[in-house]
Amino acid sequence: MGKTKSYEEINEKIKSGNAVVVTAEEVISLVEEEGVKKTASKVDVVTTGTFGPMCSSGVILNVGHPQPRIKISEVYLNDVPAYTGIAAVDLYLGATSLPESDPGNSKYPGEFSYGGAHVIEDLVAGKEINLEAYAYGTDCYPREKWETKMRLEDMQEAILFNPRNAYQNYNAAVNTSDRTIYTYMGILKPRMGNINFSTAGQLSPLFNDPYLKTIGIGTSIFLGGGTGYVAWHGTQHNPHAPRVENGTPKAPGATLSLVGNLKQMQSRWLRGLSYLGYGVSLQVGMGVPIPILNEEILQYTAVKDEDIYAPIMEYSRGFPYKEGSNLGWVSYGELKSGIVKIEGQEVPAAPLASYAGAREIAETLKTWIQEGNFTLTRPAAALPGFD
Amino acid sequence: MIRKKVVLHFPATLVEQPFIYYLIRDYQLMVNILRANINPRKEGRLIVEINGEEGDFNEGIDWLSAQGVRITTLKQQIIWREDRCTHCGACTVICPTGALYLQRPEMIVHFDENKCVACEHCLKACPAKAMETLMENTTG
Repeated sequence: MGKTKSYEEINEKIKSGNAVVVTAEEVISLVEEEGVKKTASKVDVVTTGTFGPMCSSGVILNVGHPQPRIKISEVYLNDVPAYTGIAAVDLYLGATSLPESDPGNSKYPGEFSYGGAHVIEDLVAGKEINLEAYAYGTDCYPREKWETKMRLEDMQEAILFNPRNAYQNYNAAVNTSDRTIYTYMGILKPRMGNINFSTAGQLSPLFNDPYLKTIGIGTSIFLGGGTGYVAWHGTQHNPHAPRVENGTPKAPGATLSLVGNLKQMQSRWLRGLSYLGYGVSLQVGMGVPIPILNEEILQYTAVKDEDIYAPIMEYSRGFPYKEGSNLGWVSYGELKSGIVKIEGQEVPAAPLASYAGAREIAETLKTWIQEGNFTLTRPAAALPGFD
Repeated sequence: MIRKKVVLHFPATLVEQPFIYYLIRDYQLMVNILRANINPRKEGRLIVEINGEEGDFNEGIDWLSAQGVRITTLKQQIIWREDRCTHCGACTVICPTGALYLQRPEMIVHFDENKCVACEHCLKACPAKAMETLMENTTG
């Protein structure tokens, strides 16, 4: 076991502008050239990133009180309904929420051209949105209807709060049926016409710290172009997923719940998405800095696409009806090559998460740390299964 | 010899005339129909690849224009809004001609207009709505 570093020592180096920061992509070749020991002593922080569709996302908004005051019981933002079952002018707008006028899949496959995620993108882009609110009226909150235009800057608070992001691995999706299907994994052509996948692989945060030794509650992160935090473990968090030798899971594993001030984020990294026949989702840009506390942690960050495996899941029957298990595993190296061989058939592969975006996030986080604008946080508590 | 992809827009009044036949017979052009949307008494649209001598090509196009057929170049049909593209790559397995492709290992999406046949599959496959179709642009 070589030299160890503390969070405090790394933060001191960051503040003095001397921290050595590399991305999770750059660290791979460094370790190949110089070995784990030398790289671990040289590098202080490895930055990661991912920019993929994350349906379990949304914003808590406090829209402020009009005069007279209102206790909102029903609300629409650009016609998209938000949840009002909390305090008077507190709302939760979920990314996948759709206008009541949206035809859904009644004209199959539905287009889902505008939903909660698009409202979030529009707000962050500084656009004016229409707010339409209804209430039953009380002695303390007498107003029964309120219609107004509003921008993000007019809101009292806007908090991005995502119950499940940054999935540590996910299914690669195929369709073995005879018809095209429309899923949250994109358009899947019949007879295994394509295989779609959705992680940034070797750049993805939780592949680079597979046992979450440095990521826990309170970890400060890049979120939507601003700063955010790990709030909790995400929904469907599964620390017990089967793992390969390098520690990365072979199935969907850990997840994170994320929080941050929407007002300091950028629409470039929070994008409304429309999946044909499925619905609306939010493409979230997020990245986690990993402090190189010791050689073991450095070793984890050097993981390569070739050594990370996604389960191949069938989406016409297998996944939706919970019939059968996966069709095997495929490495992210193969997936990113564009062609995967499954049961003797050459299947074209496409990503749904932007690897180019992930790299840009890791680079941005690197620059923030190098310039002393972002320091690392010791988690307040570990996530379940990793304590 | 030149080879060009063009879009022919037929007004409803002309849609039942055999223009392609005349184009082949009178101008010695090879016409490959890539996509057709022709309905009785409605405006029609043909996407064709035309192969032939440059002089013949220009004369053929002039003749079509004189008949009332509007001609636009294909590259104006499908627009890649790079500012909206998140470079996810979802379009690349849906595009049938490889016009939309990922540059590896960088994983950056590119759009090769010359390979595009304006099938518009990408409009449906792109979750970020970075692909648009422009029907109104006209050139000679």
